[in-house]
Amino acid sequence: MTTDIQELQGIASQVRRDVVRMVHGCQSGHPGGSLGCTDYLVALYFSIMKHDPSFNMDGEGEDLFFLSNGHISPVFYSVLSRSGYFDKAELGEFRKINSRVQGHPTTHEGLPGVRIASGSLGQGLSVGIGAALSKKLNGDDRLVFTLHGDGELQEGQIWEAAMFAPHNRVDNLIATVDVNGQQIDGPTKVVLSLGDLRAKFEAFGWEVTEMRGNDMAQVIDGLKKAIELSGKGKPVMILMQTEMGAGVDFMMGSHKWHGVAPNDAQLEQALAQLPETLGDY
Amino acid sequence: MTKYTYTEKKDTRSGFGAGLLEAGKRNPKVVALCADLVGSLKMQDFINAFPERFVQVGIAEANMMGIAAGLTIGGHVPFTGTFANFSTGRVYDQIRQSIAYSDKNVKICASHAGLTLGEDGATHQILEDLGMMKMLPGMIVINPCDYNQTKAATIAIAEHHGPVYLRFGRPVVPIFTPADQVFEIGKAWMVSEGTDVTIVATGHLVWEAIQAGEQLEAMGISAEIINIHTIKPLDEEAILKSVSKTRCVVTAEEHNRLGGLGDSVAQVLVKNMPVPQEYVAVNDSFGESGTPEQLMEKYKLNAPAIVEAAQKAIQRKG
Repeated sequence: MTTDIQELQGIASQVRRDVVRMVHGCQSGHPGGSLGCTDYLVALYFSIMKHDPSFNMDGEGEDLFFLSNGHISPVFYSVLSRSGYFDKAELGEFRKINSRVQGHPTTHEGLPGVRIASGSLGQGLSVGIGAALSKKLNGDDRLVFTLHGDGELQEGQIWEAAMFAPHNRVDNLIATVDVNGQQIDGPTKVVLSLGDLRAKFEAFGWEVTEMRGNDMAQVIDGLKKAIELSGKGKPVMILMQTEMGAGVDFMMGSHKWHGVAPNDAQLEQALAQLPETLGDY
Repeated sequence: MTKYTYTEKKDTRSGFGAGLLEAGKRNPKVVALCADLVGSLKMQDFINAFPERFVQVGIAEANMMGIAAGLTIGGHVPFTGTFANFSTGRVYDQIRQSIAYSDKNVKICASHAGLTLGEDGATHQILEDLGMMKMLPGMIVINPCDYNQTKAATIAIAEHHGPVYLRFGRPVVPIFTPADQVFEIGKAWMVSEGTDVTIVATGHLVWEAIQAGEQLEAMGISAEIINIHTIKPLDEEAILKSVSKTRCVVTAEEHNRLGGLGDSVAQVLVKNMPVPQEYVAVNDSFGESGTPEQLMEKYKLNAPAIVEAAQKAIQRKG
């Protein structure tokens, strides 16, 4: 665990290398959103959350994280592995037959660090609420974090959950929406507008805070602020502005790299922008 | 055949309510969730006893399934309650991903299943739920026959680790199983031994099968009746043992003919011991409004229908 911003930026660089190499290695997967959420996940697992890589499903006395937009599995797997949940060599098996690192995260293959399957969108906020209620019943004062894509908010279940959490004072929950403005078919503004997310969540009764998600210092500060806002009767929502493909110049600013793998030359081009800090898998 | 009588009729959902209260007393980790149907699901006694262990989610079944999945993390044993239609079809994907594929210890408890929901009509009368739940890997599927068995099943599933679908109904049906029964998941209950035809029934059609057995006996036909309260895993041994003696079978269920108990039994037979089989089930149609009795009569889900099916099955033995 570290609070050193430079060190965290270094880890993020390695995680981004993992992401592009994993997706390249199987010629499949979702690099764009993974790169956009890298700083957030690195901050969570290397600086913010109290968690135990020896892993047990119940996570008593630990902070828990649930990935709702499961397609950004590459960054999730890399961060889990780099923070000690399993050997980094396993990242090379991403999306390949007989592996635990499935295309989308699952508990089914027993990969340490994964507590729920996700991939079909819109379910993770409900699960996070359930886990947060479970902690309250157990007298466990640790927090539950969830991450969602902005396109994912188009699923109706999200709004069922959004209504439930404030009504039931689920204030040990910190949800984050990755607001990158992109989804498979194009910009969210074109596909289905999300409107004023702050106003929407505030209207439901959430405490809403915002941060830029590709600035490590801001992410650390933003998460700390969210933690300060927790425990006061309201669930906390972080609207996190990110750039899809952050860290790899030619992947940024478009939805094109949502679910496309780089070819050999593109991989080299990407890796040239991302210093190796912890050793490749 | 073994004689069965009853002194009282009661709804199976009340058996669920009583079982839930008992499960809650036995295990402090048991929690209950409901989607605005507390009265229908008979959950009030549990709520009175354990208010802090009850979650009212409102009319939001998908959210309920997700919250239930999350509650298991930390060791709770969630029982979700709503109508069978909203417990399955409406939230199939939530159950598939967050509960079954994630192997979460959630008990999906479903009331008002089948045609006997009655006057509300087809929108609420799901006849496909057993099939949908049966197809999910790892899902246990239970459909008990009366109040006592539903209560026993509710207590038993709290002690089983893993996802369970428990189905029950709205109308009152005769109580004919013992109050002190031990409910063993996956173990069929031999209702009555016989030699000419096997009647494999589930849910409240077990009582109809008993009535049919008596009518058949009066005609000189000896029926063996098996109560399949657990549709998955199916007690194949009990079915094959019986059929090896009777050489023909009738399956009876308040469900679509496609995908229910009958199809599970047919799979076992075709693989091990092909014999004539007749289905007493809804013939791939939606239901409609009416009283439960009228609907059972119109859709041929009662004792006379079972008698007729038994005669056909015996005839086909040749």
